[in-house]
Amino acid sequence: MFGKLTWDAIPLHEPIIMYTLAVVGLLGLAVVGAITYMGKWKYLWQEWFTSVDHKRIGVMYIVVALVMLLRGFADALMMRTQQAMASDGSPGYLPPEHYDQIFTAHGVIMIFFMAMPFVVGLMNVVVPLQIGARDVAYPFLNAVSFWLFVSGAVLVNLSLGIGEFARTGWVAYPPLSGIGYSPGVGVDYYIWALQISGVGTLLTGLNFFVTILKMRTTGMTLFRMPVFTWTVLCTSILILAAFPILTATLFMLTLDRYLGMHFFTNELGGNPMMYVNLIWAWGHPEVYILILPAFGIFSEVASTFSRKKLFGYYSLVWATIVITVLSFIVWVHHFFTMGAGPNVNAFFGIMTMIIAVPTGVKIFTWLFTMYRGRVRFETPMLWTVGFIVTFSIGGMTGVLLAVPGADFLLHNSLFLIAHFHNVIIGGAVFGYLCGLTYWFPKAFGFKLHDPLGRAAFWCWLAGFYFAFMPSYFLGFMGMTRRLNHFDVPEWRPFLLLEMVGVLIILCGVACQVMQLVVSIRKRHENRDTTGDPWDGRTLEWATASPPPFYNFAEQPVVGGIDAYWGMKEKGVKTLAEMDFRKIHMPRNTSLGLVLGVLSTVLGFALIWHIWWLVIASSLAVIATLIVRSYDPNTDYCIPAEAVERMETERRQRLAEA
Amino acid sequence: MAREPKTARRLLWMMALGTVALQLSGCDMVLFNPKGQVGLEQRNLIILATLLMLIVVVPVMIMALVFSVRYRASNEKARYTPDWSHSRLIEAVVWGVPLAIIIVLGVVTWRSTHALDPYRPLASDTPALKVQVIAMDWKWLFVYPELGIASVNEMAMPVDTPVDFRVTSDGAITSFFIPALGGQIYAMAGMQTRLHLIANHAGDYTGIAANYNGPGFSDMHFKALALDPAGFDDWLERTRAAGRQLDGAAYTQLAKPSIAHPVEHYSKVDPHLFQSLIDKYQGVNRSREVERRLSDSQGQSPQGSKE
Repeated sequence: MFGKLTWDAIPLHEPIIMYTLAVVGLLGLAVVGAITYMGKWKYLWQEWFTSVDHKRIGVMYIVVALVMLLRGFADALMMRTQQAMASDGSPGYLPPEHYDQIFTAHGVIMIFFMAMPFVVGLMNVVVPLQIGARDVAYPFLNAVSFWLFVSGAVLVNLSLGIGEFARTGWVAYPPLSGIGYSPGVGVDYYIWALQISGVGTLLTGLNFFVTILKMRTTGMTLFRMPVFTWTVLCTSILILAAFPILTATLFMLTLDRYLGMHFFTNELGGNPMMYVNLIWAWGHPEVYILILPAFGIFSEVASTFSRKKLFGYYSLVWATIVITVLSFIVWVHHFFTMGAGPNVNAFFGIMTMIIAVPTGVKIFTWLFTMYRGRVRFETPMLWTVGFIVTFSIGGMTGVLLAVPGADFLLHNSLFLIAHFHNVIIGGAVFGYLCGLTYWFPKAFGFKLHDPLGRAAFWCWLAGFYFAFMPSYFLGFMGMTRRLNHFDVPEWRPFLLLEMVGVLIILCGVACQVMQLVVSIRKRHENRDTTGDPWDGRTLEWATASPPPFYNFAEQPVVGGIDAYWGMKEKGVKTLAEMDFRKIHMPRNTSLGLVLGVLSTVLGFALIWHIWWLVIASSLAVIATLIVRSYDPNTDYCIPAEAVERMETERRQRLAEA
Repeated sequence: MAREPKTARRLLWMMALGTVALQLSGCDMVLFNPKGQVGLEQRNLIILATLLMLIVVVPVMIMALVFSVRYRASNEKARYTPDWSHSRLIEAVVWGVPLAIIIVLGVVTWRSTHALDPYRPLASDTPALKVQVIAMDWKWLFVYPELGIASVNEMAMPVDTPVDFRVTSDGAITSFFIPALGGQIYAMAGMQTRLHLIANHAGDYTGIAANYNGPGFSDMHFKALALDPAGFDDWLERTRAAGRQLDGAAYTQLAKPSIAHPVEHYSKVDPHLFQSLIDKYQGVNRSREVERRLSDSQGQSPQGSKE
């Protein structure tokens, strides 16, 4: 009846897990209780859960990403504690079977359920506004993408309390992830969480690709688009090209595990290295999917806070395009040690290095944007300068790893760990946190508390250096990754230093949580009535904060790069000059949420081999799609008079402020 | 707006800290203190590549610092050009200099990748010692096909003698790595990889599994003994004196997963063990494999060659 699922699946004998579950359960109850007490369920349901508004969906993505950041960070704390303790013959406090799940979960959560939704959330909030559109091209699909992603996140977190998670590392190399070496449900949780959220990501890529190509406002030619929009366009192309590879690869692994096939097994003609090739053919573009939008954020911020046009716009755009193309022909650098010949290794090594050229160009364009500017060091700019310095180090160590002769020594060492945290934290995460601070007032209508934001930045920056610079040296000292315990006393001081670093980052995270709480409580002090709190240059600042659900009362007309800056120079239109027309908008629907719930059930049933439930939930998914297809009532129009009234009210509020 | 100088001071402070950390860690970095030719060349490559890249990275750091301080909003004296956004000269430099460095580094990479190809035999007057390496759950088995002996979690080699490693796995993928001597190579079931190393200094080095392969991974290390000729003969003597045979039954016993397996020596070993483990996984390709082996034994192809 319940497949492989029995009461034994709940880890009652693991005190750490049970305490965690208890805390999570209490927190969950507290949140539910608070919402009920404040009577906000109806509001949440009508305004958020059923929303197809890109801004609302974007905010929900970021909320989930921040929660997952806490979860992934808790994993990091546990790993650091284990390695700080487990030296000189001590086994530490985490046995391998638990520790191995933690490092796998940390990687999976941070990449798929923190970084991806964070960047997709920012894309959602900002891109339609930057191109002067009313929403994305396919608003309902956007809601479906979000709820599929949530479904994946729910499955990963269910594995904590029901069953187990994979013990394979975050890319799950076979044969270790095959049924022979991993007979439990851990890898199945991994597969289905990634497959379901992966469909969501693919649909997001499609949505933004079409949105950016087809929904730009009058005058917004490709080479007038803000750089953030450019990077999102390139990221969408990468998603469209790379995610199907992940889907197919995981599907073949599924066939191996569920139907006894031999794509990636050791035996009967299977070839595990084929999986390794395929997973990195997706995996390398994936890191550019994460980093390119961060580059876009820094471009916007550098220009705005230097009060100066972005230096070398064309260089920056072409550099982005070059990176997009090259990112597909570098994947072998993840496994030079496979034993491919020197011609193959040298080719992929040199291709990888070439990416350093456009990346270097980008760094210089940001620096020359600051050059002869008037640089205001508000929190977003701090993140940008912190990024430039930190990312340069990460880029350098990356090129070093791209030299096969050097990689033979450094592959899989803590040097590699230091490198990719250097670029993912120092590049992507700094970028997202920068973007969060920068666009928060646009999404919510008030700025984040500044002193706490600064404190968070300095903690993250200092914490990062303490937590990961020692790793470079540990790599040189011959320490490999994913060790549960070891017997080398010389490593200990470095690992203790890293522990200190993680604790400093913890202070940074605490500052951010406090910042959110304080900012919401003091929102009236930091209210943004103008819609343009930073003296911005691009279109998203041309409308109110938060923007009306239709974004722009009148479709903006763009005359050049930095569209809004140009409008401000010419003088913003008065009400009388505006031409109000009726606005065509999509209607909210709960079907996105329904599909998310059904997918979660489907995934759970597949993981536990509950076949009747697999059939039932699949049929329900199909039925939902049919219902939606026959729904004629998916959109409506706002009359011109209503638009005019709302815009007049906004201007009055602005004048009063 | 009094914050900017503070910002700069904090950055400076942080850089100073980094330098101290660098000096503190000068000691005991195994990769910077290699005991063999291969490791030495790979280390020098790391240093050369790093220096080349610092040509770009150091100016970036300096510019970030100088521009942050000089063009801070409160410094009214600095020049301000709000509409300046293009300079042919600067753009030529920012594309050209990194490109030039990458071209140099690319040439270095092409040459070093061929010179340091792990499959390439090392130039030496001394003939290479052949060692077959089998990664098992979770221990290392070393077979000396020419000497007819084998050992678990310990291998020995005479100093200044190239060692010709052939590596495979009887389990998940892992990586064969003796950090003090030079780079690593993957161990994969059904496949054979090759690695050439040489120890130029006698010593007792640690070898590790450098790719996670399951719960016993952290304890999957071995001793790599680089011995003077007399010491190596001694080691052979002791191994032969072990009086144990690694036959089919003994291998089956050994193949059972074990963690932190003790060192073992075998005075006799099936000379076809290594190849039979590779063949075991070849499945449907088996007949093709046999054919290839036959043609190999007639020609002199080193790839996948047998006894």
